[in-house]
Amino acid sequence: MTSDAVVRSSAAGGEQLVPRYTLAERMNHWLGALAYIYLLATGLAFWSPYLFWLAAVVGGGFTARFWHPWIGLLFTASFFWMFFQWIGDMHVDANDRAWWHSISHYIRNEDDQLPPTGRFNYGQKLFSWGMFYSTILMLLSGLVLWFTESLPWSLRYLRYAAVLVHASVALITIGLFMIHVYMSVFLEEGSFGAMVHGTVTRAWARTFHRIWYDRVTGGASSKPAARPSSQR
Amino acid sequence: MSQASTELVRISGHTGTVAGAGLNREYQVAKLVDTSTCIGCKACEVACLEWNGYTFSETHFDNTYQTMPETQWNYWNLIKFNEHEREHGSLMLLMRKDQCMHCEDPGCLAACPADGAIVQYKNGIVDFQEAHCIGCGYCITGCPFNIPKFSPAAHKVFKCTLCNDRVSVGLEPACIKACPTGCLHFGTKPEMTALAETRAAQLREQSGYPDAGVYDPPGVGGTHVIYVLHDAKNPEIYGGLPKDPHVPISVRLWKGPLKWIGNLAMVGGLVGLAWHYMRFGPKKEEDDTKK
Repeated sequence: MTSDAVVRSSAAGGEQLVPRYTLAERMNHWLGALAYIYLLATGLAFWSPYLFWLAAVVGGGFTARFWHPWIGLLFTASFFWMFFQWIGDMHVDANDRAWWHSISHYIRNEDDQLPPTGRFNYGQKLFSWGMFYSTILMLLSGLVLWFTESLPWSLRYLRYAAVLVHASVALITIGLFMIHVYMSVFLEEGSFGAMVHGTVTRAWARTFHRIWYDRVTGGASSKPAARPSSQR
Repeated sequence: MSQASTELVRISGHTGTVAGAGLNREYQVAKLVDTSTCIGCKACEVACLEWNGYTFSETHFDNTYQTMPETQWNYWNLIKFNEHEREHGSLMLLMRKDQCMHCEDPGCLAACPADGAIVQYKNGIVDFQEAHCIGCGYCITGCPFNIPKFSPAAHKVFKCTLCNDRVSVGLEPACIKACPTGCLHFGTKPEMTALAETRAAQLREQSGYPDAGVYDPPGVGGTHVIYVLHDAKNPEIYGGLPKDPHVPISVRLWKGPLKWIGNLAMVGGLVGLAWHYMRFGPKKEEDDTKK
């Protein structure tokens, strides 16, 4: 569950920071991130001859093929830990649907036109659920490919399905990954720091996750309305 | 190709024969397996093991003469024994030598992601280069004949090489050398095809096999191992020889349209995100004085 800690001051400058991610959450996130990057590099090497040189960077073709499925298991474990850790904050409600209707404002960085969000906005929830189903499909198709020589000829249709599912769903995860990195590193300044240091500024929390901010600070409850809460 | 300039066909003002006339200019080889004259002696199984340096594997007894259910990583050719009852009730004992078919359009090569792990020579032989193999087993998915087999010790795949090391120095493959009945033939693809057609016609006209024919499946572009079958309309009765083999459609989709779509989507995604950042910039936090 989220830590309902009281706002505490940072060491310097007196700026008040809001805790957002625990140490365990952060360490697990980076473990999963590194695992995904390894899967991405080795996977792209197997995907295209033009990218096969990536295998040389991660230990050679044979080594890459050996470790790819094991790191896949590691990623699956890391992701499922995160997913079930945060599942309480990932349920989709009416507020999310209202946010989705205003999505063009979000894309245009007109965040003041959006309804307030909880700990995770609808985009983040879609990312989480998308990765959940994708990880399951990657795991199942990956197992068929990992032990492909053990499948009898009569079950060859599983191999035919697995090569298509594994590549297609990987592309979906790559799309989600691109958006996730873009959003958290470039678009929403402060997000990256949140996952490294575990805290965000009050302004950041108020701007991007007002309902969550009010809950964890025990502050004035914001109206969970479908209309924007800020006034200009 | 560079030899073409030495292969003369006509010489002007010249007495006598054209030197080089009758040179074999065919580059494609083929092995012909005539199932109608195979006696199932397995000399070919032994010769293959001996030439390639493998010890003889244990027999998996299944109430037939067949040595084991399928080829293995260290057992590259196998006689498949099948009893077949014909329509009028007589029994045939079908014996077909099973090994890599050396397809003109190899599914194994199409599926393989590792640079140089599978090669096709100009003479049609398809060869695994185990030094480059990464052991992923995609070739197992690509092959419509269930041929590439994984070695648990080497973590790589192996199959019949059509004795490329013998053929490249002018020898016939080991199995052809060992066959006592002359059921196995080796030569150029056109020669072997002509021989096969002659034999199939003989079976149809003289031996009471009206459906006899040559198995050279067009779905994989033809193969460099061709069969004369008593019943070319039903190849499955010969131990599961596929009737109309193709490289699996999922492999074609994966390496064709999906590759294009995926690459365009990934590049497009990166370009789109870069555009978004240049157009809209990062998100701004609310003014901190507001509460």
